[in-house]
Amino acid sequence: MENSPRYDDLLKIIQPYLPEDITPNQVGPKSHFVEELNINSAHLVDIVLDVEDKYDIVLENEDMDQMQTVDQAIELIQKKLAAK
Amino acid sequence: MDNRVVITGMGICAPNGNNLLDFGKNLSQGISGIEFIPKLKELNFGCQIAGFPKVDQIYIDKYFTKIQQRGLNASGLIYGVIAGKDAWTDAGLQIGEEAEPDWDSGIIFGTGILGVDKFREAIYSIDKGQVRRLGSTSVVQTMASGISAYLGGILGTGNQVTTNSSACTTGTEGLIMAFNRIKNGLAKRILVGSCSDSGPYVWGGFDAMRILPRKYNENPHAASRPLSATAAGFVPSSGAGALVLESLQSATERKAKVYAEVLGGAINSGGQRGGGSITAPNPTAVRRCIRLALEHSQIKAEEIDAINGHLTATAKDPEEVRNWLEALKLNRESFPYLNSFKSTIGHGLAASGSIECVGTVLQFKHQEIFGNVNCEDLHPEIEKEVLPGRIPTKSLAYKPKIIAKASFGFGDVNACVIFKAFKD
Repeated sequence: MENSPRYDDLLKIIQPYLPEDITPNQVGPKSHFVEELNINSAHLVDIVLDVEDKYDIVLENEDMDQMQTVDQAIELIQKKLAAK
Repeated sequence: MDNRVVITGMGICAPNGNNLLDFGKNLSQGISGIEFIPKLKELNFGCQIAGFPKVDQIYIDKYFTKIQQRGLNASGLIYGVIAGKDAWTDAGLQIGEEAEPDWDSGIIFGTGILGVDKFREAIYSIDKGQVRRLGSTSVVQTMASGISAYLGGILGTGNQVTTNSSACTTGTEGLIMAFNRIKNGLAKRILVGSCSDSGPYVWGGFDAMRILPRKYNENPHAASRPLSATAAGFVPSSGAGALVLESLQSATERKAKVYAEVLGGAINSGGQRGGGSITAPNPTAVRRCIRLALEHSQIKAEEIDAINGHLTATAKDPEEVRNWLEALKLNRESFPYLNSFKSTIGHGLAASGSIECVGTVLQFKHQEIFGNVNCEDLHPEIEKEVLPGRIPTKSLAYKPKIIAKASFGFGDVNACVIFKAFKD
């Protein structure tokens, strides 16, 4: 299990869900998943499940509302890991 | 509008072949795709044999992106995408990358039930109180129209995109629906097909009905015996077949190759009256459906060179043959060639109609009537009505001009289509 969420690891999770016209180097810490990266909102649900599996945490529905950018996701994961 | 309609592409994912070349060769040589399934034995099935397409990971990678493969657990969807994409490219059509949908192309791709294994997975998660773990893939893999939706997204079709469902009639019914739509000028081309999932959760209900053979678990290739005196029930199977139906004008304009012309067809139901029930056909309706198909196609019974029957290898086969004889008003001498492909591919349920339509049309290309396997012991009641030579046990070199194909299904539903060797 990972102890601290790293930007690279999250990128690895996100990468398969990126539309064809977005390359991984277009992703930055401030990137908005839906608005900037054009990730299908249905796929956000799958990204959350992949994050849960990777870090062995549970993200609630209200958590998901606060995870709109890459930075926000990392922050959220850190918070969840600290609370474990 | 009264367009002529032709077949310009085909694709297949069947127990005895995942591509047209293998499938045609194996039908011609009578190679069976039916095998013993250890899982069915483990689950105490009476019938422990079945047919399913052999699709490995390398093959799946050719048709599905990595992201499409995440959580993919719907075998019928896999078979349908393989057959559907192959039919499209076989027709010389591009997989659309354009932003604009192809308004003239549609999809009618049927199924009985889609993604049973995926649905089981979802049920387990839900019952554990973990509904959120379903992710985004559950709905699209378990909705019946998941297959047409999936193909629609891949191909970018902008005409009607739908899924029909009429049990074992599904594939043939869809073909006739597509034919009518193109004939009436509502679409230029339609990818038509059907698929059926593999596995115990699809086949179990039929095992419980005791209509599957139970004495061939050690001898799977001999189990499916359409037209035979020792027919002991149908062998369940799975897969998908797909055909591109297109107006002759569109096919000519883009110089597409043509496998055959669809002359016409009919769809009806026996209303579960007059001997019909939810499982048994009303013979009057079957005969009427066949006669209507001839009428719509403007041909006479004598012009039919061959019939590909529904013929599942149950006790109903002699009755089906009698229905053909009665509908066509032909006798022992004048009855055309008759075959069933279920001896080598089993009964693909919702997929059977489209898989068998592909096989039927391949006979024009092969210039053969594919042989019937496992009916050396022709049923005596059938032998009384039809010359044994008309039910060839080995493939026969012959150039058919017109072939009739029928499918019948639970719910007392019937479909019959007439194919013709293509001539300008």
